[in-house]
This record gives sequence, structure tokens and C-alpha cells, in this order.
Amino acid sequence: MKITVNIWRQKDADAKGSMVTYPLESVDEHMSFLEMLDVLNEKLTIDGEDPVAFDSDCREGICGTCGVVINGIPHGPEVTTTCQLHMRTFKDGDTIDIEPWRAGAFPVVKDLVVDRGSFDRIIQAGGYISAPTGAAVEANNIPVPKADADHAFEAATCIGCGACVAACPNGSAMLFTASKITHLGLLPQGQPERDSRVLGMVEQHDAEGFGGCTNIGECTAACPKGIPLDVISRLNRDLLGALSRQAVGS
Amino acid sequence: MTTTTPAPGEFHVVGDDIRDAAAPTGPIERRWDDRKFNAKLVNPANRRKIKVIVVGTGLAGASAAATLGEAGYQVVSFCYQDSPRRAHSIAAQGGINAAKNYRNDGDSIYRLFYDTVKGGDFRSRESNVYRLAQVSVNIIDQCVAQGVPFAREYGGLLDNRSFGGVQVSRTFYARGQTGQQLLIGAYQALERQIGAGTVEMNTRHEMLEVILVPDADGVERARGIVVRDMVTGEIETHTADAVVLATGGYGNVFFLSTNAMGSNTTATWRAHKKGAYFANPCYTQIHPTCIPVSGEYQSKLTLMSESLRNDGRIWVPKKEGDDRPASQIPEDERDYYLERIYPSFGNLVPRDIASRAAKYQCDDGKGVGPGGLGVYLDFADAIERLGRPAVEAKYGNLFDMYARITGEDPYSEPMRIYPAVHYVMGGLWVDYDLQTNITGLFCAGEANFSDHGANRLGASALMQGLADGYFVLPNTLADYLAASPFEKIADDHPRVVEARQEVEARITKLLEIDGTRTVDSIHKELGHIMWEYCGMERTAEGLTKAVGLIRELKNEFWTNVKVTGVNEELNQTLERAGRVADFLELGELMCIDALNRAESCGGHFRAESQTEDGEAMRHDDQFAYVSAWEYDTDGDGQTPILHKEPLEYEYVEMKARSYK
Repeated sequence: MKITVNIWRQKDADAKGSMVTYPLESVDEHMSFLEMLDVLNEKLTIDGEDPVAFDSDCREGICGTCGVVINGIPHGPEVTTTCQLHMRTFKDGDTIDIEPWRAGAFPVVKDLVVDRGSFDRIIQAGGYISAPTGAAVEANNIPVPKADADHAFEAATCIGCGACVAACPNGSAMLFTASKITHLGLLPQGQPERDSRVLGMVEQHDAEGFGGCTNIGECTAACPKGIPLDVISRLNRDLLGALSRQAVGS
Repeated sequence: MTTTTPAPGEFHVVGDDIRDAAAPTGPIERRWDDRKFNAKLVNPANRRKIKVIVVGTGLAGASAAATLGEAGYQVVSFCYQDSPRRAHSIAAQGGINAAKNYRNDGDSIYRLFYDTVKGGDFRSRESNVYRLAQVSVNIIDQCVAQGVPFAREYGGLLDNRSFGGVQVSRTFYARGQTGQQLLIGAYQALERQIGAGTVEMNTRHEMLEVILVPDADGVERARGIVVRDMVTGEIETHTADAVVLATGGYGNVFFLSTNAMGSNTTATWRAHKKGAYFANPCYTQIHPTCIPVSGEYQSKLTLMSESLRNDGRIWVPKKEGDDRPASQIPEDERDYYLERIYPSFGNLVPRDIASRAAKYQCDDGKGVGPGGLGVYLDFADAIERLGRPAVEAKYGNLFDMYARITGEDPYSEPMRIYPAVHYVMGGLWVDYDLQTNITGLFCAGEANFSDHGANRLGASALMQGLADGYFVLPNTLADYLAASPFEKIADDHPRVVEARQEVEARITKLLEIDGTRTVDSIHKELGHIMWEYCGMERTAEGLTKAVGLIRELKNEFWTNVKVTGVNEELNQTLERAGRVADFLELGELMCIDALNRAESCGGHFRAESQTEDGEAMRHDDQFAYVSAWEYDTDGDGQTPILHKEPLEYEYVEMKARSYK
């Protein structure tokens, strides 16, 4: 099928970018979306033009590296990662707009590549359990109710792609932050650092320039892993508790 | 002694045998304790003066960097991805083995050791494998303490499943995303150390050279690396007291594999060209249940858990070239070939046998789907027997994945599957301490060759990566670092300058060729050669041909490749060009290694070495050794030098496999 793509081209972080149109003559419906871009890049290379820079790695929906805004929707019209989107979703003659994640805390590096280092710094600020190697007790000494373990696992399936931020009108990373708060906060191992974790991570989230959450829910609608909005309620509850304990000095 | 010219029909020469000098002796169950007891220690107060470079942030690299940071060393970590959390360990699905014996089903450290040695087809070291089985239990404890959400029973205790043809349930798992959860655990431990200032993290940095500097006694030591900042193109040099490579496997030499797009051999290959031995490069694991190629544009292959073979039946049409839809092929015109040839194991034969059998069917013109490169994996019987809801509960996520990628509904028509390259057992040669033959250069995880022999068992890759990073390296590296900090290496040291200039010259050359072939087109061509001649079935004739073809292609690359743009920018074409240049050289060595090993073992099947009924035949009298290859610096890699490390089995009796 014939497809026309409008792609955001930006030489580097400081350059001004613009949308550039490329026609593609023979796109196979079984191609993945990124393979369609590969084919475009092969053509650009042969023509001596600069290929479109975009991030991808595992191409099986788990590493979280890929992610572009497709026709205004992070990862495109299906609820999945960009690498798992296939061209059969589109029709012959379609025009597709392709842009990078748009958020102040995700500066563009080049074309469709953004810098998501802010996510790593949020994790550094408390998104862990302090368990130095060698200090662990026998694993089955820490029983975890199955429901809690399953719920923690679901929150832990976040791939850190940043679609939630790109989807949020406020550019908030609350879904990302809250998924980690929920994963670790539901486990007995996560209790000793529960307060310091939520305080540290939320402070870092704000310092990175992510916006505040106003419970719009675009994040969870765009999340390729289906992280539910209620993780943010849990974060808010943990934060309130931690702040009040901090205030009374206990 | 090394001869200087290859024997007729060969491409290599044979050097002196080598030994693993670090390996302890004595009763096998005491060896690791003995090694730790005899290892020198580093005073905690001195550790902050000692710098260690760790390249790669997968399970092995992230766990090593975090643990060394916790211990108080200055760690400098590098990854090519935009975050350490994205390393390809994240894509492992099935699980991680540990000899906990929580199911009371007769498991033990000794049994895990035994299964792994046997599964490796008697081409791994007993001492290493025993240690792996020993520390497996600590890994689970460590991961649970970090908050890894493993599957649990209703009583709150950890669940297990059986995996990969063993008879005990020793696999711990987190749904189909065990690799993701383990990596996130290691990543969080790493980020904690980055926050604490013990680890300096460099993302989007690719290692392009290792820096060797002779000490006062003339011993060449690994003292640093050259990296390229992938955003600015700046070439940086970093020096340290020791260098750890945890840079993963090289399956992408086949172009199409289940590896991530960026997975590459450059770090290990650069080390090899600086003198590190490359061991058993031809040992490749090909996984039978992947989604087949759909067209020439295909960029990677996707694995589906082989648990599917528990309920799916594999078949092809009996008639060659039968292009009717599966539903219109009557039962008596279908060949359930695995059930026919292997009546006792049926569809559950080991990975290599299932893969090869599929290839033979397709070679005979019975393959299905685009290009005839696929076989059916049919769940119709299972759906009838168990009901659709039960099949959905067991395999729903895999069925969804298949439907998303192929656009076909596996509940109503059979899946199509085909084998794909998945893991490499070969890698840099290391001793028991995980040190390469270059002093001060260590190698961990899939990047080394150490524990899986000629074939890796399911759920053992995650175990090895974390064993190396959390428990082995921090102990053995300390023994080496006890004599440090070594003399500081200045940025203008001749060896540092030289290594940097080599990297810069290579980049300049790549950019200057300005030919007509894209990097990917050459990479694809290499992949076709490797898959055809060094894939599931290898012959002396084919491998000889492949060496010639790769040499021609290498020449084509260096005279006719087109790399657009400049170095001083984010340049993904340049990144790929550098990796493909190294894959071309590695591919050649893989073929030479496969040619030398005129036996079938594990993932390496030589057509000339099979029993009358087509089973793999080892030749223990001739090949019970590790092939450790030395780069032929004088001859520009044309004539690699083979060093043999003899393998001895004191505990497990060498036997032939049989799955009939």
C-alpha cells in the first residue's frame, strides 16, 4: 500500500525542527511500524540523505526504548508499544504524522529521539529496596499474600517508555512514579523505606519539571502495559501519610 | 608449538594447550569456598581508591556494578542504551533456575550441576557449573529481598514450574516476564548506587576499544577503554584498575535473531583483537518456537515460550508444496513428524532436535507460510480436550502476541513457527575467576563462554548472569584488586593516545568510503551466509564456502559501504557500521571454529557426524576441549591460532543423549 509520512526532523537538541513529508510507495501490511521506518531509512541512505533517527531496541514490546507520537497518540492507535504496531492498522493512501514525545522533561536529542534520563533520576531518589548483595534472608522467610504479589507484579510491569508523560496534558510522570511506589509499597520488603521513597521520588519528579497530576487519565489510556490509574491514588495516600508523619516528626 | 601455516583444507593453526590456572582442585563441593578463602581481600578503606569499569548493564553488568558499588569501589558503568534498564536481559521470558528444592522433588545443588553439565553436552567445566548451581540459591534470596515479584502460591510462598526437559520443578518465574523483573531489580540496585555516588553511569556510550598498558614487570594489563558518546560523537578515554565486560551475546551476527537491535559483539571482538581468546564461537542456540519471517523487510524475530510445545502439536502437510489452508488439509494428509520420529518425547524433544527437524521438513518442500519457512503448531486438539478457556488461561498472552504480530488468530488456525537464533554459548575465554587471558580484563554473563558448554538449558541464562555479577565477580575481582590501586595512567599515556587514535581512524575510514551499499544490506547478506552455512546444520564443504563468501563480503564492506552523516552527531548509521564491521570478522571465526570441530555437540551439528538414524554424534576422544582462539595480529586475522583447553569429567560420566 501507499503511505505518506510526515516526520518531525530536528538536527540536534538546539536546532529548530519541522515536519517533513516522505511518500512511501510499497508498504507491506505485515511490516511493523518501525520496519516501515527502516525501509524509509534505507531509501534515504541510498539517496545520500540523513536517515530519520529513532530509538528502538528489543522490538518485542518489553524494553521500553521505542516510542513516538503517531497521529497525535503516543504509540499510535492500538494500545501497544510502537514496535508492536503493524502497518495493517493503516489503510492504503493514509497520511501518518510521526512526532517525538513532547514534554519539557524529555528534551529532543535528534528527530524522534528524546532524553528520558529524568526517569532514571526519579528511581535514584528512592525507587528501590536497599538490599545489599549478600544480606538477604532465605527467600521463603518472607511470605507475601498472592493477591499482593500479583498486584505488585502488575505495577512492576511498567517499561518506562514515557508514553504516559507524552499523553498527559500536564506532562506529568505520575503514572510512572506511582507504578514503582505501588510495586514496592505492596511488598513487606518495601515497608521500611515506604515514606522516604514516596517523598524522595515525588520531590525528584517535580524537580525534573514534570507537571502535576490532575486525574485526567490520558496516561493510563496510552500505557502499553495497562498500568491502572489507581496506582496514583496509592501514591497520593502514601504521600499524605509520609508528609503527616514527617510533620509530627515520627 | 605453533605451526605457521594451516593444514590443507583448514584456515587455522594450532597453538599450545591452555589450562584454567585459577581453578581450584579437591572435592567439587568445596572448591568455591576454597577459592574464596584463598582469595586476597581488599581493605574497605582502600576500596574507594580503586576504580573499576563495567561495560554493559544487563543482568551481569548491572548486578556487578551495583555490588561493587555497595562494596565501596569507584565504579564507572557504560551502556549503549538510553537507560541501563533497557539491556536485553529484559526480554527473557521463562524463568530462572535455582536448586532450592522447595517442591521436595529430589532436587539438589548436585542435580542442577549434573543436569547442566549433561545439558551442555559435556563441553563445559565441572568446577564452574558446580559453583553456578551453588550460588543459584543465593540469587533467589537476593532477588526476593530487592522486591522482585516472583509468582507465589496462595500460602504466600514462592511458586515453581518445570522447564526445559528436566524432571524437577526448580524454575522461579514472574509470569512470562522473568527477565524484566530480575533486570529491574538489578537496575534499581544500580540506580541506588548511582544516587549514592559510588557508581558513575554513562548511558548512550558505546565501547569501541580496550586500553592495555604494560606494568613495571612488562605484564600487559587492561587499564581502560575508549568509548564514543553516541549523542555528541566525542571519543572519550576512561582508565581504571580493572575492566569488566558484560556486553551480552553476538546472535545478531545472523542479522535476524531474537536479540535486540543494538546487541553486538564490538566490545568482546575489540578485546579479542587486543589478545583476549574467543572461546567456542560456533556454539549457537537456535530456538524452535519463533514467529517465522514474513518478508525481506524483517528486522528481528520474536520468540514464543517453548512451553507452547506442552500442548501444541507440530505438523506439516505430507505432500510437498501443498498450499491449501491448514483447515482444508485432512488429518491423514498431515505429518506430525516429531511424534512420528520421537515417539517417547514427541513434541517435547530438546530445542536443537526440534529446530533441526523443522529445517529438514522445510528443506523437503513441506514448509508452510511465506517462503515455505514455517511449520504448524496446532492447538486444535488441546482446545477440544481442555476447552478454550483453559488454553486461554495458560497461553493467552502468547496467543495475543502471535495475533498482534501476524494478524492471524491462533485459536482458529494453527500457529506457524520456525527456529531462530536465540543465545550464544560461545564468548570470551575466562578462567574460574572470570578473568580473560588479558590480565585485569574480566568478562561476565552471556559475553563469556564459561558455564553452558555446547548447549544451554532453559532458565539458565538469567541464573548465570546474576551468579557472575552478584556473587562470583565481586569475590574474584577483589583477589585481583588486592594489589591495586595501580600506577595512575595519564590521558596522554602513549597507549591511551594510540587506542584513541585507532578508534578515530576507524570512524574516519567508515565515513570516507561513501560507496553504494547500505550497512543493513551487507549485514543481511552476512546473516544469510551464516544461517545457510553456520546455522542449524553445518558441513565442511559449506563452512569452507562460507569463509570465502565472508571474506569477499568483508572486502565489499570496506570498499563499498555507505555511511551517511558525520561523527559529531547522533549517527545511528555509523553506530551500526562499526558493529557490522566486527560481526563480519566474528562470523568468519565462527565458521572456522565450526569447521575445526568435526563432531556434533549441543547447538553445533555437523552433518558428517551423526548416527545412522540422524542423531548428533560427539567425538569425545578428539574434541573434549574448549576451543580458545587467539587473534592472528600479524596476519590481520587470516590465520587464527587455536588453543585447546582439555575438559575432564571427574563427577559426571560422559554419555550420549537419546530422546527416542
